[in-house]
Amino acid sequence: MEILRFATAGSVDDGKSTLIGRLLYDSKAIFEDQLESIDRTSRQRGEELNLALLTDGLRAEREQGITIDVAYRYFATPKRKFVIADTPGHVQYTRNMVTGASTADLALVLVDARKGIVEQSRRHAFLASLLRVPHLVVCVNKMDLVGYDEEVFEAIKHEFRAFATKLDVTDLAFVPISALHGDNVVHRSANMPWYEGSSLLHHLEEVHIASDRNLIDVRFPVQYVIRPRDDAHHDYRGYAGQVAGGVLKAGDEVVVLPSGFTTRIAAVETMDGPVAEAFSPMSVTVRLEDDLDVSRGDMICRPNNQPRVTQDVDAMVCWLHDSHLQPRGKYALKHTTREVRALVQDLHYRLDVNTLHRDESATSLGLNEIGRITLRTTQPLFVDEYRRNRTTGAFILVDEATHATVAAGMIL
Amino acid sequence: MTATGTVHDYELSHLRALEAEAVHIIREVVATFERPVLLFSGGKDSIVMLRLAEKAFWPARIPFPVMHVDTGHNFPEVLEYRDRRVAELGLSLVVASVQDDIDAGRVVEDTRPGASRNRLQTTTLLRGIEEGGYDAVFGGARRDEEKARAKERVFSFRDDFGQWDPKNQRPELWNLYNGRHRKGEHIRVFPLSNWTELDIWQYLADEEVEIPSIYFAHKREVVRRDGMLMAVNEFVQPFEGEEPFEALVRYRTVGDATCTAAVESAATSYAAVITEVAATRITERGATRADDRISEAGMEDRKKEGYF
Repeated sequence: MEILRFATAGSVDDGKSTLIGRLLYDSKAIFEDQLESIDRTSRQRGEELNLALLTDGLRAEREQGITIDVAYRYFATPKRKFVIADTPGHVQYTRNMVTGASTADLALVLVDARKGIVEQSRRHAFLASLLRVPHLVVCVNKMDLVGYDEEVFEAIKHEFRAFATKLDVTDLAFVPISALHGDNVVHRSANMPWYEGSSLLHHLEEVHIASDRNLIDVRFPVQYVIRPRDDAHHDYRGYAGQVAGGVLKAGDEVVVLPSGFTTRIAAVETMDGPVAEAFSPMSVTVRLEDDLDVSRGDMICRPNNQPRVTQDVDAMVCWLHDSHLQPRGKYALKHTTREVRALVQDLHYRLDVNTLHRDESATSLGLNEIGRITLRTTQPLFVDEYRRNRTTGAFILVDEATHATVAAGMIL
Repeated sequence: MTATGTVHDYELSHLRALEAEAVHIIREVVATFERPVLLFSGGKDSIVMLRLAEKAFWPARIPFPVMHVDTGHNFPEVLEYRDRRVAELGLSLVVASVQDDIDAGRVVEDTRPGASRNRLQTTTLLRGIEEGGYDAVFGGARRDEEKARAKERVFSFRDDFGQWDPKNQRPELWNLYNGRHRKGEHIRVFPLSNWTELDIWQYLADEEVEIPSIYFAHKREVVRRDGMLMAVNEFVQPFEGEEPFEALVRYRTVGDATCTAAVESAATSYAAVITEVAATRITERGATRADDRISEAGMEDRKKEGYF
């Protein structure tokens, strides 16, 4: 059974909470005591059973009726285990959506059938494509309120497709649903015989995700050096880490960056024994045939397929903090297992997430803003384009004074 | 199951994917912090966490101590298990005792019948962290347990007072964790964030890890209190009007013996427990934790004070 991680995006009224509630309820992931608890709260407020309370976790959220932060939900069917990153749809939206989408295999965008595609739908789709979420599903919700009309669905689908051609979306699917009544959520709906696709849950169960990972470019960022200090393993030196790309196996010729020394893999192993082939996202330990000086932050790859070694990083960044990006500002940069300092050399433009317009006169980036920058780092990084590898192409910036995580970066 | 999983199509099972993620998190902490410690109670989640730590550093030993925040209200089977496991792995065990804080007058015990020491643990936990000078504290909390936890980061920052500020959390993207902190501050680390109760049981079964016997069905003298089955022992005595009876039960969670309830069950094997867990309609905390029934925001409030 595989795990599928998906991010949901939507605003307060488009039925996102109802949809999540239904997926959880119909897959028996909501428990009786949870239902009783929200039922009690709903009644205290004189409301009917409000499924949105299931996804509101914090006191302030319940009091103000808003969602502050990304919440993670879990459910499983006999076919897959699902992790939902539930991202709220208000002002902080960009920051939360970027966070939720960073690890998502699939993004689910809700569109209200009565309203059609609005500014926020475009923004959701753009952010999903910026974060290279491999699969995008557009749920046209509240089909019951438009008489389950095929033409409404087709018009929205047509318009969305036209917009999506401007984005880098590789897999786009559309499902007409009613989250409230359950049409096409778990089961195919009798109300929409014209729809020939699968239900949303069926789609989530079947969408092929194994090949989304990069299985071509071998990338193994060394995370930790294992050296047992006992007699049984006197000369043992293992390089522990999580595979970031490609397939590693014993006997492979490899090069270690930054030293550039080549050697062969003696063994790929875990406590459970030797691993025939290691691939992303497995955490393993690699032993090398030669005794090289390898430490945390080094990168193991193949001699004929190496990442770019650079101190100049061109990237799209999403600003995540109240303090603005400072031109010439210095930040700590974390990329794979490597930490360096970085200087903002240039801000090329700020991108309007609604219109995709590039504002080249911008001099700063504020919270929830996205722009293209160039950084100069104190030490070389071993990078790939984010579009080629979501692990070796990603970094975060940390404010060295406040220790806040201030930006997410995607290398171009 | 072998570590290689289904190699041919390069798919990783959900348990192996969760394991890989947790091992990455544990290694990241050891590589970047000075004094990590792992909270080990002998409960099932902390048993899984310890297993993952074993895997992360094999063939070397686990390079940090474990700490037990001891309320003094323990199940003897669990204490015995704790000590045996710690000895097997050659770990050093730090016991932070709630009784010490009561004796020193740092906390005042509620001595009314039925009261628990649950909330007092926060003071003891924070004292243990401070005395040990720990800068990273591994906890076994899972996001599926409770709604405040559903919003907590894997690396969760705590200020000088050990407090959690839910509205001011660091965004956490990809597998890049920000563990920066000043002296006196620390990071709580939750490697099991994305695991569910069912995942825990499936993993324990898969790995054939031994767990304390009270997790499997056994006969025990209990009383029915607030709809829950409380074991009668030196800490829990029947109230007036409560009639003790013998029942076939097991524990879904193991915490302070005064506020942890048993559930009726005939499950004596992992397979039987997994069948029950998969079919259950009540959350494990709702079913077995008197302390979590305090209020809608009970967990959130305790976490803000520095609780697990």
